[in-house]
Amino acid sequence: MADEKVVAKIREILAQFAAEDVEQDQDIFATGLVNSLFAMQLVLSLEGEFNFEVADEDLDINNFNSVNALVGFVEKKTSA
Amino acid sequence: MDIELSAEQRLAQEEFRDFAQAEIAPFADQYDRDEALPSALIKKMGAAGYLGAVVPSEYGGRNMGAIEFGLLCEEIGRSSASVISLLTVQGMVCQALARWGSAAQKEQWLPRLASGEKMAAFGLTEPNIGSDASNVETAAVEGEEGFILNGHKQWISCGQLADVFLIIAQCEGKPSAFLVERECPGFSVEPITGMLGFRSAMLAKLHMEDCAIPLENLVGRVGFGFSHVAGAALDHGRYCVGWGCLGLAEACIDAALDYAGTRKQFGAPLKNHQLIQQMLAEMITNTKATRLLCYHSGFLKEKGDPALIMETSITKYFASRSVAKIADDTLQIHGANGCSSEYPVQRYLRDAKIMEIIEGSTQIQQIIIAKSGLMEHALERRRARKRQAQNA
Repeated sequence: MADEKVVAKIREILAQFAAEDVEQDQDIFATGLVNSLFAMQLVLSLEGEFNFEVADEDLDINNFNSVNALVGFVEKKTSA
Repeated sequence: MDIELSAEQRLAQEEFRDFAQAEIAPFADQYDRDEALPSALIKKMGAAGYLGAVVPSEYGGRNMGAIEFGLLCEEIGRSSASVISLLTVQGMVCQALARWGSAAQKEQWLPRLASGEKMAAFGLTEPNIGSDASNVETAAVEGEEGFILNGHKQWISCGQLADVFLIIAQCEGKPSAFLVERECPGFSVEPITGMLGFRSAMLAKLHMEDCAIPLENLVGRVGFGFSHVAGAALDHGRYCVGWGCLGLAEACIDAALDYAGTRKQFGAPLKNHQLIQQMLAEMITNTKATRLLCYHSGFLKEKGDPALIMETSITKYFASRSVAKIADDTLQIHGANGCSSEYPVQRYLRDAKIMEIIEGSTQIQQIIIAKSGLMEHALERRRARKRQAQNA
């Protein structure tokens, strides 16, 4: 089960730059909630909050496109 | 936020000002007439480390802090908006590679871009695509040995002199970023002349006809070329333009104050006339506001705070709109003299107008800022309701 603190932090980030009430598996990018600045806002937020660097090899939409995807990505990066 | 410059920042500012006043300001009008920048100037900027200002030191860059880099942009902008353009696009490509380039791309390009051995340009805008930037029409098809690019780019700053271009193209229908070298077969550059402003920024059209590049020239990953690669580049570009507008505004104010102090009409210097004072007050105040926005953007950049992205957008928006008005008023104060090529203020006005269009037009910034503000407001309201409910 996903760490609830990680889920909460991810939701906080999304609320700040995209939308507050997204479903766990909802495709953030397909909903049209995000603008052209969101990608870099998300990268900087993840790096600042969880203390890791998003690298070029991490650029896979499956790492970013939903709350569940982001939680999985964070857990992968922070356990490495 | 500490808004006082440190001793090191002040020293750097003096260095930048001395360079700009000696190497750029006396020649900026001539560069504007020639519609070109001399290679000797570019070499000097390279030797001074300005072209690699934001490149990490491990790649030979000066690795300037955000405020220090802003001060460089300000001093260059005070002398020439076209030279700011050169600094901007070189930095945009450096920033994109430093952030999202592979280890090999960084090793190959960053040291050479930092020194000025190679010059770069950013290829996003097209004849049919401006603000709708993620829908570029240039296409890249992946094959076994590389990508084949077809398409056209337009209004590419420093396109006439760049050695390498960061091109955004659709690959499998997804925006992707590619490095294309000037000598690549099928790639050609067509100079653009007669622009309203930024005349010595050496703009170009780029044409790609079955232009073949190796697989390793993809920057980042397919589908991330606009959101992430261009995203990093454009944030840097907005930041440069914001500070560059600050410098341009200061050049305008200097000119306006000089002229108002010496030109006499109705038996008194212009500075004594209240309607002139009104224009001076507006430009002084708005420039101070621009400075604070620039400092705040720099402060957030140095912290890596995600709020920097929106703050930089706001800074670029305010700075460019302000300087367009400031340059207009400066020319108005100069009257017919301001319309003459004997004074630089007509160049300031022409360049200021361009600042409202590049790196995201005024209207695009307005849409982004308004939507962001609405989202923040809605979020704050919900949080306030939750707090009230908890306290009840």
